[in-house]
Amino acid sequence: MKTSWWTSRKFWLMWAGYAGAIAMWYASVKWLPIASFNRLPDPWAVAREWFSPHPAFGVSVFTPVYYVHIFYSVYRATAAFLLAVLLGVPLGILMGWSRTFDTYASALVGLLRPIPPLAWIPLAILIFPGIEIAVIYVTFLVAFFATVMNTYVGVKSIDPDYFRAAASLGSKPRDVLRHVIIPGALPNIFTGLQIAMGAAWFSLAAGEMIAAQYGLGFMIFESYNLIQFPTIVIGMATLGIAGFISSALIRVVGNRLMRWRVQSFGMKG
Amino acid sequence: MNTAALKGELTVKGLRKWYHRRDQAPVHVLEDCSFRIEPGKLTVVMGTSGCGKSTLAYILCGYIGPDEGQVLMDGQPVKEPGSDRIMVFQETALWPWMTVMENVVFGPLAKSRAGRDEATRKALELLRKFGLSEFKDKYPGQLSGGMKRRAELAQALINSPKLMVLDEPFRGLDVMTRELMQEYYIKLFEETRLTTVFITSELEEAIFLADRILIMGGTPSRIVRSLEVDLPRPRTFDVLATERYLEIKKEALEVLYGESMQQQTMAC
Repeated sequence: MKTSWWTSRKFWLMWAGYAGAIAMWYASVKWLPIASFNRLPDPWAVAREWFSPHPAFGVSVFTPVYYVHIFYSVYRATAAFLLAVLLGVPLGILMGWSRTFDTYASALVGLLRPIPPLAWIPLAILIFPGIEIAVIYVTFLVAFFATVMNTYVGVKSIDPDYFRAAASLGSKPRDVLRHVIIPGALPNIFTGLQIAMGAAWFSLAAGEMIAAQYGLGFMIFESYNLIQFPTIVIGMATLGIAGFISSALIRVVGNRLMRWRVQSFGMKG
Repeated sequence: MNTAALKGELTVKGLRKWYHRRDQAPVHVLEDCSFRIEPGKLTVVMGTSGCGKSTLAYILCGYIGPDEGQVLMDGQPVKEPGSDRIMVFQETALWPWMTVMENVVFGPLAKSRAGRDEATRKALELLRKFGLSEFKDKYPGQLSGGMKRRAELAQALINSPKLMVLDEPFRGLDVMTRELMQEYYIKLFEETRLTTVFITSELEEAIFLADRILIMGGTPSRIVRSLEVDLPRPRTFDVLATERYLEIKKEALEVLYGESMQQQTMAC
């Protein structure tokens, strides 16, 4: 028997989670005897500001500036993410495929990867013409390493029998790449892309706080400086929604490309 | 399939193989393996698990090279994998991201892209024969264990190999499916008479299928005994009740028993 989504237990549990979090927020702002908490806006104040045609602090769903911030952040995150995929996936595949290249590149990646992305900001601003590219570069960097490492692990984790079978059936390197390596590494690549997207938003917000004119990170930090507390929360919530949507998009694309996986799991379920 | 060209004669001369691991003494796996696989015959290689059967199979297929010795396929030395010798793997090596059909036509298409129609036609014919035509657009993950093995046989046979190497192909199947597959497989072999090396650790399976059984044993492993299985073909499970079957089984058991005794004492 198939029950509809909104009568299922899962659906109600999900909303119970949201409601609980909002109730805790309300309670901590209103009733907690700590002054610093009481300064913060409660859920209703944020909601009222967010959806007000005449917001007290100038940012709501009815003001164009809100969308300008969103546009800049989405644009930077997308550009950084696409660049990371375009460069990271091929590099990861090469590292997983060629032992020579692996030895050569692994040492370098191993050294560069642990450097926190925000530590790159001063250098990035000095190197690149304009702050825009510097922010994108810093965002790209984390996404890039997550993509490279997961793609690499993906290629390495392919069952060696799959390569042997391909060799037996007379395939050329091009066939091996197209029919064995890429599809075989795809599950891990998409795990990497999820991580990369999350990391991209994370370092983007930080980068925008330090060096940008627009964007949600900038909006949050500026509101903090101007003591416009509801706007801070609006910015945070918007980042959360943007991150959620981008994750969902990656998942949809992944399920499309890996139909074999969805169907095989369906069998077992 | 034509039986006209009874090719696929494999000669193995003095194979020796060590496994080299970093920071460890090399492990000697194969010692002086020499035998001949006759064309059109089904030769079973038997031995306890971990005795180097799979290593031997990988060498026959050219996936790894021996340290000493030679493998000759119809007189030509085997140096690399090729579609004249096809292996069916222990755990199925059907690519899970391709449908059954895509898996089967992979070999012909890897050789020439032009022959797609011809390959598809041949694949359909094979899949129909293996009772898989309804499943051609399914992914391997959606098939049962027995169907996967049949799909893999089709994937191999479409290339008209001269030699098939089956490395414990029915391992991991439940008893019923396993018996069905054995019956199925022996019919297929008797029809095609494709030169086959069949690796197993099950004695009954070995005698039921084989023309000849090579028993591996010792540390490092070598071929310790070659048994002719002269049971008449075509065979059904009825042969398991014949006098001759029991004689062969007794002889094989003696060899295997001696081998395992030796291994036990060596282990102590």
